[in-house]
Amino acid sequence: MPATAPATSRANAESDPPVLRVDGLGVRFGSQQVLRDISLDLDAGQTLVVLGESGCGKTVLLKTMIGLVRPTAGDVAFEGRSLSRMNDRQLAHLRTKYGFVFQGAALFDSYTIADNIAFPLREHTRLSEHEIAEIVGTLVDEVGLPRTVLLKKPVQLSGGMRKRAGLARALALDPQLVLYDEPTTGLDPIMTDVINELILRVRERPRVTSVVVTHDMSTARKVADRIIMLYPLFRLRPDEPQIVFDGTPADLDRSRDPRVRQFIEGRAGNRLTELLEEQGLTERGRPTATDGGAVTDDETTDDEEETT
Amino acid sequence: MADTTGRVWCASTAHALSDTLAMASSPATAAPQSAVNGWLAGMVANLGSFAMSSVAGIGDVAIFTLQTFGWMFARRQRRDVLLPSFYQIGVMSLPVVALTGLFIGMVLAVQSYAQFKALGLETRLGSVINLSLVRELGPVLAATMLAGRVGSAMAAELGTMRVTEQIDALESMGANPIYYLVVPRFLGCLVLIPSLTVMADFMGVLGGYLYSHVLLGIDYHHYWENSRAYVDAFDFLMGIFKSFFFGAAIALVSCHHGFHCTPGAEGVGRAATNAFVHSFVLILVLDLFLGIGLNNFHDFFRPEGPRKLL
Repeated sequence: MPATAPATSRANAESDPPVLRVDGLGVRFGSQQVLRDISLDLDAGQTLVVLGESGCGKTVLLKTMIGLVRPTAGDVAFEGRSLSRMNDRQLAHLRTKYGFVFQGAALFDSYTIADNIAFPLREHTRLSEHEIAEIVGTLVDEVGLPRTVLLKKPVQLSGGMRKRAGLARALALDPQLVLYDEPTTGLDPIMTDVINELILRVRERPRVTSVVVTHDMSTARKVADRIIMLYPLFRLRPDEPQIVFDGTPADLDRSRDPRVRQFIEGRAGNRLTELLEEQGLTERGRPTATDGGAVTDDETTDDEEETT
Repeated sequence: MADTTGRVWCASTAHALSDTLAMASSPATAAPQSAVNGWLAGMVANLGSFAMSSVAGIGDVAIFTLQTFGWMFARRQRRDVLLPSFYQIGVMSLPVVALTGLFIGMVLAVQSYAQFKALGLETRLGSVINLSLVRELGPVLAATMLAGRVGSAMAAELGTMRVTEQIDALESMGANPIYYLVVPRFLGCLVLIPSLTVMADFMGVLGGYLYSHVLLGIDYHHYWENSRAYVDAFDFLMGIFKSFFFGAAIALVSCHHGFHCTPGAEGVGRAATNAFVHSFVLILVLDLFLGIGLNNFHDFFRPEGPRKLL
């Protein structure tokens, strides 16, 4: 099965230009290259899940999509307009079309929940305080928060409530593109599913496009209509693409790429051995796999041909 | 973002330089020669790297300052953002500035008394205490307390906001973090540090007088008469003028440290400590150069110089 099979919604929306185009994107922090030659088109209404292990550059990719991280190579374009060619004012205006749900919610500590959710409305609209209060009320209802939280400060809320308040704030300006950074990390299974349901509800809004960065397979299977998987660059050869999988959730389950299988089945393989040897005996180079579930270099190479 | 690019460029140039030097010294020549060369190359590379990072750091602060000035005039400041900041910086700092001012006035009296008594010039204590207070100690003390109380708190608060992605959240909602977070703090420090300096001056003058008159028994009429004769408006205004620079330096250095905080509790702690240390050093450096400049300014208009104490 070719891993780059187009997702179904992608095929349906061929006539429309992509909402977001990532073209040959590379990001480097000092001497550390995090992303290399990432290209993808995101169609209107699509929900893209970006999978990958910690440190593979998922969050950096998400932040590059909104211009919080400037790429060192390539470009990101929203509705055909390149982000890197925009000045600060244009970028600020563009960001009103985005909603960003942060990993730790990133609510302003010194504001109440009501003020947090009202922030983008006060910043970008000329609505009266009464109208803003109404919208804020509707938003907290939509994410299933009681209205009693409105006067509380973020520290008084549980993790799940904070995440939902963060989602309400991200939806305040009725965004076209919603970016979620690890929306279910640190939540119990029930709250995880609540957040998954909320992501699905947001998806049902007309022509809302979503990008969900996660390493939670239940979220990926539930909300995605397209999944890509990133792989850490230091585990790849210079000629290997960093996106090791691109397809539907069903394709993901059928994938025979050992890197993908290792991730979705959650196997450590030889990672612990690698980590221990890196700490004590770096001069030995990369350790070879010793157990059956490990991903060996040979396997990776063979399947790489399949993925590309 | 340009500041980050500059820093990255400088860092990579420094790396390249150190690599080149290390390569030049590494080939298999005579072993001791190579060791010396390697050591020398390492020293030069370290020096180069330090110089590069210092220049990049200064450039970073300069760009940050320009952006702050830009946003100060680009958009009307919001009352609901300014007032809490002013309250924290001004009102909450008054008690501690007043207390330290009072004590420094008394300490000056304690330290100067013996020398002046030996010369039989006890009544001149008023002039020396009050002159040093309004020219130097009042402004520097108020600025030091502000750097310690407000500067490190600002760095820690902004650092925590950086680490918990609140600054990214501001940007992601199309709001400028410099406008929302730095400008109110900058204006608070700039506008309110003169009031804090006046408070430090006043309490210092009071402390000096109380100690001299009540405990040392110096005649109050001569004490005040000598103070009035030797301390003029220029001395007082010189202290106030300097305080504007101190306030601006504290706000900019502290906010810059907060904005560039590294992740984790250690990063926030380091940002808070560095904010105070760097602000304090900058206050003293500015004090020296402003003192020299203002004295020259004074001498230009009054070539006869200040009145002699003796």
